[in-house]
Amino acid sequence: MWRFLVPAGILVALIAFFFVGLFRDPSYVPSPLINRPAPEFQLPQLQAPSAVLGSADLRRGEPVLLNVWATWCVGCREEHAKLVSIAEQGLIPIYGLNWKDDRDAALHWLERLGDPYVATAVDADGRVAIDWGVYGAPETFLLDGDGTVRYKHIGPLDTQTWEREFMPRIRALRDGRT
Amino acid sequence: MVPELGQFALILALMLATVQAVTGLWGAHVNRGRLMALTAPAVAGQFVFAAVAFAALTWAFLAHDFSVAYVAGHSNSELPAFYRVGAVWGGHEGSLLLWILVLALWSIGVARFSRQMPERFTARVLGVLGIVSIGFLTFTLFTSNPFDRLIPAPLDGQDLNPILQDPALMFHPPLLYIGYVGFSVAFAFAVAAMLEGRLDSAWARWTRPWTTAAWIFLTLGISLGSWWAYYELGWGGWWFWDPVENASLLPWLAGTALIHSLAVTEKRGLFKSWTLLLAITAFSLSLLGTFLVRSGVLVSVHAFATDPSRGLFILAFLGIVVGAALALYAWRAPAMVSDAGFKPLSRESFLLANNVLLVVATGLILLGTLYPLFLDALNLGKISVGPPYFDMAFLIPMLPLSFLIGIGMHAAWKRASGQTLWRKLRWAALAALVVGVPLPLVVYGPAPMLTVVGCIAALWVMLASLVDLRPGRAVPLTRGHLGQAFAHFGVGVFILGATVVSTYDVETDRALAPGDSVEIAGYEFRYTDTYGVQGPNFDAVETEVEVWRDGRLIDTIYPQKRVYRVQTQPITQTAIQHRWNRDLLVSMGDPLGDQSWSMRIQYKPLIGLIWLGTVFMAFGGLIAMTDRRYRMARREATAPLASDGRARAGGQA
Repeated sequence: MWRFLVPAGILVALIAFFFVGLFRDPSYVPSPLINRPAPEFQLPQLQAPSAVLGSADLRRGEPVLLNVWATWCVGCREEHAKLVSIAEQGLIPIYGLNWKDDRDAALHWLERLGDPYVATAVDADGRVAIDWGVYGAPETFLLDGDGTVRYKHIGPLDTQTWEREFMPRIRALRDGRT
Repeated sequence: MVPELGQFALILALMLATVQAVTGLWGAHVNRGRLMALTAPAVAGQFVFAAVAFAALTWAFLAHDFSVAYVAGHSNSELPAFYRVGAVWGGHEGSLLLWILVLALWSIGVARFSRQMPERFTARVLGVLGIVSIGFLTFTLFTSNPFDRLIPAPLDGQDLNPILQDPALMFHPPLLYIGYVGFSVAFAFAVAAMLEGRLDSAWARWTRPWTTAAWIFLTLGISLGSWWAYYELGWGGWWFWDPVENASLLPWLAGTALIHSLAVTEKRGLFKSWTLLLAITAFSLSLLGTFLVRSGVLVSVHAFATDPSRGLFILAFLGIVVGAALALYAWRAPAMVSDAGFKPLSRESFLLANNVLLVVATGLILLGTLYPLFLDALNLGKISVGPPYFDMAFLIPMLPLSFLIGIGMHAAWKRASGQTLWRKLRWAALAALVVGVPLPLVVYGPAPMLTVVGCIAALWVMLASLVDLRPGRAVPLTRGHLGQAFAHFGVGVFILGATVVSTYDVETDRALAPGDSVEIAGYEFRYTDTYGVQGPNFDAVETEVEVWRDGRLIDTIYPQKRVYRVQTQPITQTAIQHRWNRDLLVSMGDPLGDQSWSMRIQYKPLIGLIWLGTVFMAFGGLIAMTDRRYRMARREATAPLASDGRARAGGQA
């Protein structure tokens, strides 16, 4: 009477799925931008509102980071020291996208905590962030020399993520180029 | 000091649960009366200590003991006392404690009202309940201790999630848990029957009232949750197919199927292995619901703190308990086949159709709920399954079921006569058609075909339920029969409400300044004033909206936008104007400057019937549960396996 074993079989299969599911994050959605050209934008710069920072500036022939941040975001405060240390070591140029923020507060923040960014674009109404698929700050994009998005990290950037996810990719991108 | 006492009580409860499981199962296995006699006192002791632990946590909330981490996370010195009691089960750890208390209550109920059952069987049932209890107590003590201290103690707590600060919260989780946990009794009865290798109509008669009781609580719990979501979340919907809502609906569907299949097992000795499987399934789905809510494997609005170690524990528990039950099932069920036959047109056939359709609905909803998880686990991408799927998955089996209910409850056992059925039901059928077709069209206006079908189905179920209630019957109805009529009438009421509101509701979002007015569905809403209000732990902006109809002021309502001081989360407090035949809802959206606000105004015809229908269902269950034969059954049932009931009488005082 094998049919009486069917329920137990279903249970085993379900448990296997649940087990795998436990170690995944259901709210994580991979960015559709991966391996696509970065969305175009033209925004005023934070320190010099009359100057423009655009997507063309990110195509530098070498990998760059684009970091989405705001002064109201706790995670950004958390990762800021890491960004400053990356900038100080000269590991990679970092561009900032100041998202839905207050200009004075943002300037004060960089003054107080250090400015790791080559330049920061001001996205006051969040329209560019929508094009980039940003759904929370902080988020960090890795772009290659042609301005193609290669990786996206959601949440604060810590040393572990940096060593595991970013550095190997940056090295690979640089090796591919030379 | 008191929290430590609570913790100590929990540890003692765990030890007594172990005694209960061992004396119950081992005692029954070796048939040692003296061992089995310890089971019931262990149950009583476990209940006492679970109650002490629960009281200790309640005390910590009432006394503002913020050195207890759970209290600090879910209360605040400004939180009113009423909500501080509700906050006991407002989070993960406390709701587990409630679960433990409820399980102890059910167990003591079984021990107390089991005198008609053979001693060995009772011992086995209590033993299985003891195992379930061990699982939840260890889960609480090792992964989610509500008595953990926070050192240093914070000056004040983080407050209860504002969304949960509502009178319905006081009752929704306890009712739901009583229902969930109640299915563990049906599960224990099923496992005990398989251990004995004996399943007869006496077994079904013992199991039925317990299953119905659990089902009643689950029905009311789900219904209250839906009502709470309707007025508290302010979206105007009453069911969102959220994974956690589904998690409560799945055991309800399986439990409903179980209630009906138990009827066949009791009356005709059929569907035996099927009934066992449903009893195991209803409980497994309750456990699965717990797993889904606590483990964070699915995205849901019910955000409990999630933690993989908790998920892993529940998963292991689910695997062990349900796995053992299903293994036992595979071993014992083949022997429990019955060879009594029945004709295609008979009560049995209709109940079989009921079971098949309910199980199909359960399966489809389970599939939809878990589908995102399946795909993700197989690396096939991220998707979410939305209401359109669930609406169809629910409607397709439920629509034929609603037509079959009317005939099924009047069909005779073994072999029904089509002629008798036709004579009995022709007026109900005719009236359902004659009234059901024009009803929506005349009262509410043009409608799609499905709405008309829904109205016919609703009237048909209601009228067919009433057929036996006509005055001047020769034989008075039994309570079982009366309960059936009530519950099925409730199904009809529910269908009518759900059909009408889903077709004819009107909803509009407008920007309104004081003095503006909006008209929808014949009602005029005038926004007259707005001002600040202070609550005990929140500040609010309140607006005054007058509702006019035909140039006459019928009511003034006051929607609010609250900001709770501690969690600073804005909460929309929808204002609802109730009448028996419709609700009018006004909720405030965003401020647009100069006292003007975006407002959502909704008209919901017959929406109240949805909850009224579920109350009828639950009430019908209550009547059926008190049927005379469950009380009468005790003496005859003990006859074949008479045992000395005095052995355990001492433990039941």
